[in-house]
Amino acid sequence: MTGWSCMIGRRTHQFGTLRELMGRATPLRSGDELAGVAARSAEERAAAQLCLADVPLARFLSDPLIPYEEDSVTRLIVDTHAPEAFAPVSGLSVGGFRDWLLDYGTDTPALSALAPGLTPEMVAAVSKVMGIQDLVLVAKKCRVVTAFRNTLGLPGRLSVRLQPNHPVDDLRGIAASMVDGLLYGCGDAVIGVNPATDRPEVLDSLLRMIDEVIRRYGIPTQGCVLAHITAQMDAIARGAPVDLLFQSIAGTEAANASFGVTLELLAEGHAAALALGRGTVGSNVMYFETGQGSALSAGAHHGVDQQTLEARAYAVARRFSPLLVNSVVGFIGPEYLLNGKQILRAGLEDHFCGKLLGLPMGVDVCHTNHAEADPDDMDALLTLLGVAGCNYIMGVPGSDDVMLGYQSTSFHDSHYLRQVLGLRPAPEFEAWLVRMRLASDDGRLLPAGPAHALLTRGSA
Amino acid sequence: MEAPDALAAGGAGPPASPGSGAGRDPWISLAAHTTARIALGRAGGSLRTQSLLELRIAHARARDAVHAPFDADALAASLRARGLEVEPLATAAPDRKTYLARPDLGRGLEPGSAERLRARAPSLGRRDLAVIVSDGLSAAAAGSHAAETVAELARLLGESGWSLYPVFLAPLARVKLQDEVGEILGAGHSVILLGERPGLSAQDSLGAYLTFGPGADRTDADRNCVSNIRGGGLPPREAAAKIARILVESRRRGLSGTGLRDG
Repeated sequence: MTGWSCMIGRRTHQFGTLRELMGRATPLRSGDELAGVAARSAEERAAAQLCLADVPLARFLSDPLIPYEEDSVTRLIVDTHAPEAFAPVSGLSVGGFRDWLLDYGTDTPALSALAPGLTPEMVAAVSKVMGIQDLVLVAKKCRVVTAFRNTLGLPGRLSVRLQPNHPVDDLRGIAASMVDGLLYGCGDAVIGVNPATDRPEVLDSLLRMIDEVIRRYGIPTQGCVLAHITAQMDAIARGAPVDLLFQSIAGTEAANASFGVTLELLAEGHAAALALGRGTVGSNVMYFETGQGSALSAGAHHGVDQQTLEARAYAVARRFSPLLVNSVVGFIGPEYLLNGKQILRAGLEDHFCGKLLGLPMGVDVCHTNHAEADPDDMDALLTLLGVAGCNYIMGVPGSDDVMLGYQSTSFHDSHYLRQVLGLRPAPEFEAWLVRMRLASDDGRLLPAGPAHALLTRGSA
Repeated sequence: MEAPDALAAGGAGPPASPGSGAGRDPWISLAAHTTARIALGRAGGSLRTQSLLELRIAHARARDAVHAPFDADALAASLRARGLEVEPLATAAPDRKTYLARPDLGRGLEPGSAERLRARAPSLGRRDLAVIVSDGLSAAAAGSHAAETVAELARLLGESGWSLYPVFLAPLARVKLQDEVGEILGAGHSVILLGERPGLSAQDSLGAYLTFGPGADRTDADRNCVSNIRGGGLPPREAAAKIARILVESRRRGLSGTGLRDG
């Protein structure tokens, strides 16, 4: 077969390669236009989706878009594919796979069993022929539970990463935001600081401060300082208390190289963090962040559309059994996701693809001020992700990250979502909130006065 | 440990400014330690009306900052007044709207500008450092902090015996422009200072990126970054000292990027 074509009216649309077909079939976004892989008309996009629906899923195993010889992520995907898990859908086309996913009979255990048999390209392909409601419905049927000092991803739960960043890593400033977040009942996914610098003494003091707070108040959660993985590995070697090891990752070998990482380096870091044995109820020790457009941004996209490349990053994440994975969906800017509509669709695609591949997906529901998006767009995505069963969101004071300069979700946002959908924090953390008189049994915040233990030197 | 001190310091005190404290949380005095929006208070679990509207105002100001025009002539005059030579460059981005949607255009010089620089390079000779200044995503950042930062950087490096090119002023640039400019000149290092994307609390943050041996094959992993340069963040003179330190270390070790910690 040399390509795909389909007739719409009297016009024939042709697509030479599977890679081209995937790009043309992708719902409109600025990054694919920038890369020159997007459909050139709305009709061409619809035609490509029609063609893509007929592609056998198995085709993606023999035609992996980026050649096996050229890319270590492709080799990882192909070498770790589980044919026995793939068996239930091995005879389906992309369109048939969509119908199978939506079938009443396709339940949570079926999807969990299927995950190792799916490749990123397969899930990206099916997402392209799905509407928003499909992305929500199928993701909702997936369940990915992980654990370290608490249990994340259980049904009816929504967790929050407490993100207490400070522009110059001032310890007291970061501690102030941490306390604020804890008093607002947030921090069960992780207490995770993006440092402004990679300096060793700064990393060590941040790690020690977070660890001190977690131990002093007996908080069933984990800490993380989101420096480059090599800086965190150095911190481990110095004896600093590292719970989770963080790294930004992407979907091609070259894009990962631009982040200063290889699969071997990630494996080395994973082993070092595991060896510390700091988890109490589980041993998922990795935390990854991703985002559509990162490969193109690094000039490392191989002519593949950004949503498929994003799904390939999840294959990298999956290799290391992470506690947390989140797309930072609107962070990269309008050249990749132009406006609120594109960010909304991308956030739901990323959550869906990650979940289907078996990852504990959260989403940083966010935007920058140079994108055509506003807080109402964020409310809409936040609500849809809550319905879709997203594992966690970010908690940034007042939604304004004063270090990274973008808008994410606030502690208040998490209470909105929990109220409206009846969602609760991770069970261990929920019990701690009640014990600390920070929240009632039904999840409502309780007034915390100046004498509260978190505001004095007392312990829990 | 400092953390518990920080917690205790803010805990039981009175609100930092009682007038603005109405409806805020009892731990409002902690807000003295950070510009983050903490102790906002709540209506149920949601933001109070006042906090919500304050966020909207901040967002509106940031939006306006992204689209504000850049006065390159005024910045050039300010640099010259500090004794620096200035030369203009042009990127391939024709206007602000295109610049926002097409980062590729901001990463390279407009062909005519590249040609002129190539012709000029032999007379400039090979020097240690090329400094490029751009508005980037915040004209206010470049306008407010670039001249002071660059002048101090030039002074510090001059004391260390570094040779610098004229300061290149390149509106509508992205970080990677430093590779093409540095490569054409054969510069030992290149530094680009440009406006970071405006946030809600700061619309005038300047960022600086430096690369050893700039060239087309350099990636972000080869760069070191000093960010949040502004009065309320890292003040320009301190930023210049930090950039100079990293440059000196980078030259000593013959590398930049993830291999070089910004000690």
